Amino acid sequence: MSTPREVLLDPLFQKNPIALQILGICSALAVTSKLETVTVMALAVTVVTAFSSFSVSLIRRQTPGSIRIIVQMTIIATLVIIVDQFLKAYAFSISKQLSVFVGLIITNCIVLGRAEAFAMKNPPGLSFLDGIGNGLGYSLVLFIVGFFRELFGAGKLFGITLLKLVGDGGWYVPNGLLPLPPSAFFLIGLIIWALRSWKPNQVEKEG
Amino acid sequence: MSKDSTLRLLAVAFCLCLVCSILVSVAAVGLKGRQENNKNREKRRNILQIANLYEPGTSVEEQFKKVQTRIIDLEKGRFADPSISGVNAAEKDGKDRSIIPADKDSAGIQSRSRFVEAYLVMEKGRFTQIILPVYGKGLWSTMYGFIALGPDLSTVSGFGFYEHGETPGLGGEIDNPAWRGKWPGKGVYDQAGNLRIEVVKGVVDAKSPDAEYKVDGISGATLTARGVSNLLSYWLGENGYQPFLHNLRKSGEVAP
Repeated sequence: MSTPREVLLDPLFQKNPIALQILGICSALAVTSKLETVTVMALAVTVVTAFSSFSVSLIRRQTPGSIRIIVQMTIIATLVIIVDQFLKAYAFSISKQLSVFVGLIITNCIVLGRAEAFAMKNPPGLSFLDGIGNGLGYSLVLFIVGFFRELFGAGKLFGITLLKLVGDGGWYVPNGLLPLPPSAFFLIGLIIWALRSWKPNQVEKEG
Repeated sequence: MSKDSTLRLLAVAFCLCLVCSILVSVAAVGLKGRQENNKNREKRRNILQIANLYEPGTSVEEQFKKVQTRIIDLEKGRFADPSISGVNAAEKDGKDRSIIPADKDSAGIQSRSRFVEAYLVMEKGRFTQIILPVYGKGLWSTMYGFIALGPDLSTVSGFGFYEHGETPGLGGEIDNPAWRGKWPGKGVYDQAGNLRIEVVKGVVDAKSPDAEYKVDGISGATLTARGVSNLLSYWLGENGYQPFLHNLRKSGEVAP
């Protein structure tokens, strides 16, 4: 049995959902061109993961094994719709930028992965922490990727110009690859490399 | 009762669905007001932007004060009397829609509402622009936009789309400010009242006598540009706003 502290903090470096488990890559590519959208997306995923793990764990003893995945999906979908409604009401312009990716949190492998792998076997409080922890692990990678993409791709952070672009009369020539989604592949690859050099036990055994 | 019995299975599924549907409904109904406000503000901002009136910084509501919303009755070709019940809601609930015969449907929209919301811009008590909604098929999607006409009701003062699903970088360039900037000043109708405006392929020859009715095409977006020409020819043509604009000009109601 893991302690609450381990459950909360391990997903940051030790068992990062993106870097170790390679989950949730799709949205990490799509929403990381600006830190503003990263923030909202990271918050949304963290909230959804935490509450879905909590609810799944709460009814884990009542859930028949044959329909457990559907039960988990229903709970996740409900939470995602509620989050989406809140974003449309309180953060309209960002919700327009995120467009379908909020809805696609339903299919984010991290959420279902944690529900099935952790929440089905652990009590609600611990599952909630596990959800928060994994949400934070996901957010951490998203922020690192978003930082590089926005700073070197657009010369800005959170929409504030730091490196003035040549196009606007400044000196900085932006990297044309970084604003495009594939650049996140390279960045995530580099992050995984760095993390596994630091913690060699994360390297998969060959054969 | 065993955990995996059929009855138990149905009971769990039913309870879960009930709880989830209640949560979703509460969120959707409870937040509807705010969401509608956001949508309205967004729409007003688009209208102001297309009429080149939008100033970032000041509130949209404040800026929208100089804009009057009126309902046009397309069948009669004049403003509808807003006191008649149902007129205000007609556009929204989709009543009074009529099917457009295929040979006249150049915009590719199949049916249209009889009542349409239009926006009159009054500055210092004078009529300066009328903003009319237009929409129609592009290459992939239905494109929704507004066209703003100046006080003579025949010169474009602004044009743009606020919703479409054309290819980014190609057809999506209809959102490019440079291209949108080519529209103001173009003529819609000639002296005889014929509809002339269109998007051409390539660049307009500035020396040609028709240059004032023609707008440069976008390279890589031939089909989207054709869609733009087609939807304008429908909406500004005799089945669209042309009779209304003709009557309005004669009535002198909005004399500059």
